[in-house]
Amino acid sequence: MKVIDRSDFTTLIEALIASDPRDVVGVQEDGEQYVFDRLESADDLALEYDLTALSPKKYVMPQRETLLTYDRDEDDYEMRAEADPTGHVIVGVHPYDLVAIEHLDKIFIETLQDEPYRRKRENSVLIGLTPQNVADTCFAASMGTATVDSGYDLMVTDLGDAFAVDIGTFEGDQLLESVSTRNASAEEIERVAEIEADLEAEFDRELAFPPAELPTLLEASYDDMDFWAEYAEQCLSCGTCNVVCPTCFCFSVDMIRDLDGESGRQERRWDGCLLEDFATVAQGENFREEVAQRHRHRFMRKGWYIYERYGDIACVGCGRCTRHCVADVADPCEVYNELREAHYA
Amino acid sequence: MRSQARNRFEHGTNEYQPTEARIVWIDRHTEDDKLFVIDLPDGVSLDHEPGQFVQLFVPGVGEAPFSIASSPTKAGPFELCIRAVGNVTNAIHDLESGDVVGIRGPYGQGFDVEALAGEDLLFIAGGIGLAPLRSVINYALDRPGEFGELTTLYGCTEPAEQLFPDELESWAATDTMDYRETVDEVPEGQEWDGNTGVITSLIPPLEFDPETTVALVCGPPVMYRFVIKALREKGLADDRIYLSLERNMHCGRGLCGHCQLNELYVCLDGPVFHYPTVRDKEEAEV
Repeated sequence: MKVIDRSDFTTLIEALIASDPRDVVGVQEDGEQYVFDRLESADDLALEYDLTALSPKKYVMPQRETLLTYDRDEDDYEMRAEADPTGHVIVGVHPYDLVAIEHLDKIFIETLQDEPYRRKRENSVLIGLTPQNVADTCFAASMGTATVDSGYDLMVTDLGDAFAVDIGTFEGDQLLESVSTRNASAEEIERVAEIEADLEAEFDRELAFPPAELPTLLEASYDDMDFWAEYAEQCLSCGTCNVVCPTCFCFSVDMIRDLDGESGRQERRWDGCLLEDFATVAQGENFREEVAQRHRHRFMRKGWYIYERYGDIACVGCGRCTRHCVADVADPCEVYNELREAHYA
Repeated sequence: MRSQARNRFEHGTNEYQPTEARIVWIDRHTEDDKLFVIDLPDGVSLDHEPGQFVQLFVPGVGEAPFSIASSPTKAGPFELCIRAVGNVTNAIHDLESGDVVGIRGPYGQGFDVEALAGEDLLFIAGGIGLAPLRSVINYALDRPGEFGELTTLYGCTEPAEQLFPDELESWAATDTMDYRETVDEVPEGQEWDGNTGVITSLIPPLEFDPETTVALVCGPPVMYRFVIKALREKGLADDRIYLSLERNMHCGRGLCGHCQLNELYVCLDGPVFHYPTVRDKEEAEV
């Protein structure tokens, strides 16, 4: 572990902004919320943040991106798959969001080779940050995502007048070359461990059982339609919980025609399983017609279905869905706790 | 004779890159259904398994998944039977022979023809469900001796809805397959002297050995439960039933989520499923 003085950390960020060919993005205040956005200056960083509106997923899987372009060439069409390689230096990523990106990496790179994702991801650098504040909707400690020991290029912990920096990758190490750092003392390493241990106790929301029990619990409660219907009664099917989720990755593909009629592109855009027509097929049959079915599907997917395929629980406990749900029915911690109560009390 | 030489159809490194292909023949089957014969570059074959699907990209129109209607035993161009039911498929129906399209795939799990070798095969198709089944029906017809007795049941809402009318006539005439058909009703002005009634009405009169028969079923969502019930009443075990299911694949690669059926992805785990795999899945609706 390295230690970097506070002023040198500022110098590092300023140097990246000035000379790294990539955009440097970081957590900033935006009105009443925090967002990841392009940094003009290191002073814009709001490292005391609790939770951003959207996760940094938007840099590796943007809300809209081009998969394919086509151009008419006399009688033929030229069709080209596109994969925007634009990477970012992303500063201030909390552990639960690092876990979410690791999870997406497993699916989009290791398993299913999605080229647009892979290029952006491999060209990006993640500078993680040990949380200094905890959102009231967050239950990361319960999900084992309050702290991490992988998934970052650099991991930064605020020690007051300096930052402890854990180097995760060679590329992270390279970033530190331009500034002066020193090896952390035994006391500083101990201090980081204490900060992480204290952090675990900061969370108001707590899953009442180990997340490893989720697949079994959800499988057992699939047919408890009264439970799901009661929650879904207030659900507006707006899909906000999908949009803000750092592990949701479903999408639709749309044709965008240029006005000349000769060219255009296929774009993928975020889609959400809570939206009414998500599972509708060509001749009108909707395989998840009821809002309760869609509501249930989201929880099943987070805690069971994805586990069956990839071995991960797909909820990192960030609390964004809880915070942004207008009807206040999206809280996974509450839903999972109540399910457990109903089925094993 | 068909060429035995076959170049494997392969994509570039980006899975979203379609291969430029050309429509070489269009045949109208019904008011809403057309058969599109599609040629890949350099005469290569799609080299698919019966029951797999492709993503068809039409410049300016969009992309949609379609089951391959032709058998891999037929080298050269492959065939898609497309019903005009929405914006994309309506626009596809406006295409002409010679037009360029993009093809991704073949994707998904088809019928495991190696596992079916030696079995008596009972194909049960409803409406547009004949298209995916035709790939494996013709596969079986093209490989005499590889399977046992072949039977095909085909049901449509009305006579004018029948797909592949010429082929149905030859199936009815051949000795190598028992072909039976029915229509739900005969509207005024249409001629029909065959069976009327839903597809399940063809099952009770059948004589087959449930120990040696495997049923392969494809049709509209409402059909599966009734067909399976009728097959069970004939003594057919669940593990001798295969289903091809339709869902709305946007990517074909297990990512977009639209085809998810409980924890399964129809585009990766299907579209052909062994019935016991999906029997207890609520979202399979079977």
